[in-house]
Amino acid sequence: MKKVQFKSNYSQYFFLAPQLLILLIFLYWPIIQTFKDAFTMQDAFGFGSQFAGFDNFLFIFSDPSYFTAFKFTIIYSFVITLITGSIGLLLAVQANKVMHGKSAYKTLLIWPYAIAPAVVGVMANYFFSERYGLLHHLFNNLWGFNWYENVFDAYIYVIIAGSWKQISANFIFFLAGLQAIQKTVIEASIIDCKSNIRRFWTITFPLLMPTTFFLIIINITYAFFDTFGIIDTTTIGAPGSETKTLVYKAYIDGFKGLDLGSAGAQSIMMMIIVLVITIFQFRYIEGKIHYN
Amino acid sequence: MVYQRINSNRKIKMSFLELQNITKIYPNGTKAVNETSLNIENGEFVVFVGPSGCGKSTLLRMIAGLEDITNGEISLDGNVINNIDPSERDVAMVFQNYALYPHMSVFNNMAYGLKNRGISKEEINNKVNDVAKLLEIDQLLTRKPSMLSGGQRQRVAMGRAIVRNPKIFLFDEPLSNLDAKLRNQMRLEIKRLQRQMGVTSIFVTHDQTEAMTLGDRIVVINNGVVEQVGTPKEIYSKPNTKFVAEFIGSPQMNLFNCIIENGIAHIADMRINLNNSTNIDDASLGIRPDDILISDNGQHTCVANLVEYLGSDMIIYSKIGDQEFSCKLSSKINLNAGDTFKFDISSTLVHLFDNTNGSRV
Repeated sequence: MKKVQFKSNYSQYFFLAPQLLILLIFLYWPIIQTFKDAFTMQDAFGFGSQFAGFDNFLFIFSDPSYFTAFKFTIIYSFVITLITGSIGLLLAVQANKVMHGKSAYKTLLIWPYAIAPAVVGVMANYFFSERYGLLHHLFNNLWGFNWYENVFDAYIYVIIAGSWKQISANFIFFLAGLQAIQKTVIEASIIDCKSNIRRFWTITFPLLMPTTFFLIIINITYAFFDTFGIIDTTTIGAPGSETKTLVYKAYIDGFKGLDLGSAGAQSIMMMIIVLVITIFQFRYIEGKIHYN
Repeated sequence: MVYQRINSNRKIKMSFLELQNITKIYPNGTKAVNETSLNIENGEFVVFVGPSGCGKSTLLRMIAGLEDITNGEISLDGNVINNIDPSERDVAMVFQNYALYPHMSVFNNMAYGLKNRGISKEEINNKVNDVAKLLEIDQLLTRKPSMLSGGQRQRVAMGRAIVRNPKIFLFDEPLSNLDAKLRNQMRLEIKRLQRQMGVTSIFVTHDQTEAMTLGDRIVVINNGVVEQVGTPKEIYSKPNTKFVAEFIGSPQMNLFNCIIENGIAHIADMRINLNNSTNIDDASLGIRPDDILISDNGQHTCVANLVEYLGSDMIIYSKIGDQEFSCKLSSKINLNAGDTFKFDISSTLVHLFDNTNGSRV
């Protein structure tokens, strides 16, 4: 390959500057600021701050509502990963079998992916509205649905709101994964194994493991971070703080409660949690996966 | 054995595998296979050969059950298998790209079909180990396919088929992904194994050398239609159609467009006496490059335009009128490009085809 040489030593910085500036302002500076906040105690009116060591961390560990948020986030990300993964896989397998109108199904199933979480939340609002909400009425008739007071009902509300859009993401990747499997491998298994279900679990599913692994990470990250808009437009953490995710709690404590120190400490804790989960996944799950 | 019917339902004597008026039309209207009938006997090694897209693979896949049959009937060992699940037809297939299960070890690849048929662990162990020894892959049983070479993968794919001990082996161009040396080696091995086990086999290829060397019988297919069925010798020495004449044999048979009057073929200003009394307005006269007899007192004279040296043989390219032809002769003869040479064309060695329908006269 031919190397293009520029005479100036500075032109590269000039061209890189816009991107670097964006990273600097929206990524690096906030990170530094977060660390600063996490180790300082602010005056509630913003007049001053002082170094606080690990006080902010000790404070969040002694705060039972932090553990509530922690518990909810874990449950939420687990359930969302499970639901979106399994429904996405089911739809992908079915759509992959369709002979006629394949692209129509695909397009329709991918669409929700393009909707912003906050908009999804507003739409879910309608479905769970006490006055005219379809799902509210359905569940109410079944067992007396009341998400304002009942934690389980509130979970159902945010889980349905949070899953819908993410099913599309799972669908796309699983469909791509299915199409990447060699056709002759499937044909060989058709000759070797009569049962469709057995064939799926012994051949197709193991070959989809790289996709599944990728989607588990994507789904957990989504449930952790991207559901902020959904929580904010649906339950707002109700009842009590039972449906606050860690991100949502950090936001409420920092910007509504103006306790930037606690919010900073929570953010750093979140970073550590994500780090641990990712390391765990790469260590213990990835080793069992076959990549082609 | 000839297939006969007294009435529509009673069969007297059947071949091992019978294809009856098999037609395949794809949903988009393409006719891949057209009214093909074929009988294959137990233990036979049959090769389907033809250019790519001629329908040979489709035919094989219909026998395997991977492709629906639009029309016609396939029966194996006396049972119609049209609507029988591929896994219950008792056929085993070896694919072009091997189609090994990438997430399974060699052992599990070979054992998979047996496990699903409810065979005991001990028996599976014995069978897989025996076949692995036979194919000399017993050292590789714990490896994954990604850790194997092309030739080894090919062996595993064969092992997966052999271990099932099926009624019929189906090979779908299994050698075309191998390099030339390995291909020759595997070709011999497949032939040896087939003889040893005596299992009926169908081998699909576009390579006429593979077809000639492997098959007990060859089925030449073109455009979804069987052009000729016969032993390699029959096909080579007496091609039924112009297509078969051109397709089988290397270098390709020379075909001269000519007019035949009273048993004399007119090719440009050359005359060849056929010693009969045929009259055809539009004919093709075929002669294999090695059937052209070069001698100093030959009747015809031509100029060698190009000489290809192949070691023991050489191929001379020349022209009669504006029609090119080639002849193959021993490289001991001293002939260079630009030289003239004399030759004879014997009427007993020519193949005559009618150009209007391409069939042999």
